[in-house]
Amino acid sequence: MLRIACPWCGARDEAEFRYRGDAGVQRPAPDAGLDAFYAYVFERDNPKGWHREWWQHVHGCRRFIKVVRHTVTHEIAAVGRPEDDLAVPE
Amino acid sequence: MDRYSGFRLFAEALRGHLGWGPAWRDAAPKPAYEVVIVGGGGHGLATAWHLATTHGITDVAILERGVIGLGNVGRNTTLVRSNYFLPENQRFYEASLKLWERFEQDVNFNAMVSQRGTLNLFHSDAQRDFFARRANMMRLEGADNEFLDKAAVLRLVPMIDADNGRYPVLGGFLQRRGGTVRHDAVAWGYARAASARGVDIVQHCEVTGVLREAGRVAGVETTRGTIRARKVVFAVAGHSSHLAAMAGFRLPLETHVLQAFVTEGVKPLLDVVMTYGGGHFYVSQSDKGGLVFGGATDGHNTYAQRGHLPVVEEVLSAGATLIPSVKRLRVLRQWGGVMDMTMDGSPIVSATPVENLYINGGWCYGGFKAIPAGGMITAHLVATGKPHPVGIHFGLERFRAGRTLDERGAGPYPWAH
Repeated sequence: MLRIACPWCGARDEAEFRYRGDAGVQRPAPDAGLDAFYAYVFERDNPKGWHREWWQHVHGCRRFIKVVRHTVTHEIAAVGRPEDDLAVPE
Repeated sequence: MDRYSGFRLFAEALRGHLGWGPAWRDAAPKPAYEVVIVGGGGHGLATAWHLATTHGITDVAILERGVIGLGNVGRNTTLVRSNYFLPENQRFYEASLKLWERFEQDVNFNAMVSQRGTLNLFHSDAQRDFFARRANMMRLEGADNEFLDKAAVLRLVPMIDADNGRYPVLGGFLQRRGGTVRHDAVAWGYARAASARGVDIVQHCEVTGVLREAGRVAGVETTRGTIRARKVVFAVAGHSSHLAAMAGFRLPLETHVLQAFVTEGVKPLLDVVMTYGGGHFYVSQSDKGGLVFGGATDGHNTYAQRGHLPVVEEVLSAGATLIPSVKRLRVLRQWGGVMDMTMDGSPIVSATPVENLYINGGWCYGGFKAIPAGGMITAHLVATGKPHPVGIHFGLERFRAGRTLDERGAGPYPWAH
């Protein structure tokens, strides 16, 4: 069970949130070409370790938040607003 | 290979069962092989068996990080069926079901293949229409199914709450050839049959690097030394991205966990495999009497082979809604397996950007039923360099080409498939 500290609502149960995928993915420029869009839509690093990811507080404030979570221990190192550049632990 | 048979069992019983040898060789790795298969799960073992029997390639090693049978081949809910919607998937899973029907004869091992039928329930007019369409798609590919009304469903599964106020059962569709297979016996049966044909099964041998020479694969670095190979196969669904990163490329998938549960044993209650249409819940009764069931994935990236409580609650409440009598049962065990969830929910059996390196993965939560045909098409690809006609749609190039096989129509969101 995760407890996620929403920047607007405080610590809440995982069941209030919906996972929304890898937050490291950046949309390429419109003229970046097929390979760049293929990588953007489909390819993922899928790390075994720290992962920057989006969650949405669907049963709370409904805002998107950024979370740095470990994909083996499930420890959460940082939670921030979408615009925050969160550091990933070593 | 010492053949197993009823006569042999009788003869060994007279001698106090002292004559049974080990079923397969626990091999030490040689310095080089024709083919190295990374991953001693169902698909790795089946690939080795098909390479040895169909293609005559026996200079093969299977490298397993732990012990064979402890990964997803021993963590699933043992269901086999071919009730898919998309023709490409239906064709493949039907080929797999046909191979399950002869599996025990092929490998001379009792895997308790039980074609008890898989029943999918529907609860609304819209769901009935969709299931009718799916059943028709199955028939177009030659697979069996029957459409049942509510009375026929209740004759099969009288214990369900068919008049539930929120999700009344209107009927179901039944594939009688679907059922269950003893999953551990699948690993042991393939291991024994492959080992008898000369395949080396190397345990406690974790791959730590991939050797490449001039853009081609040349072998693998392992915790038991360097092993050279002309061809390498990754069959490590759950950790495919991890190995692909060692070989220098990325894959269109994420790793997610799926949980499974088993209750205490009870007298015969359920003699088909049943799936609920009002929530994510599927259940069968094992020969020991426990109800074996599962639900949806936990919904976020994870490599941890355990589940989170919100999904436990969701699965148990769906089960109790469909079969109210299970509320009195205790859950004995709960566990998780990590899977490759691909961007379209369909598997990947493919060549890769590295020449002579092949991948069998992306099985999502459907890998167990796919084992015999997955091994068949992977072995064909490795031996001939060309995709097998039954698996021709499972190449990695489908994503770039816009030919994804999105069974659920969920889009490139692995947690939604």
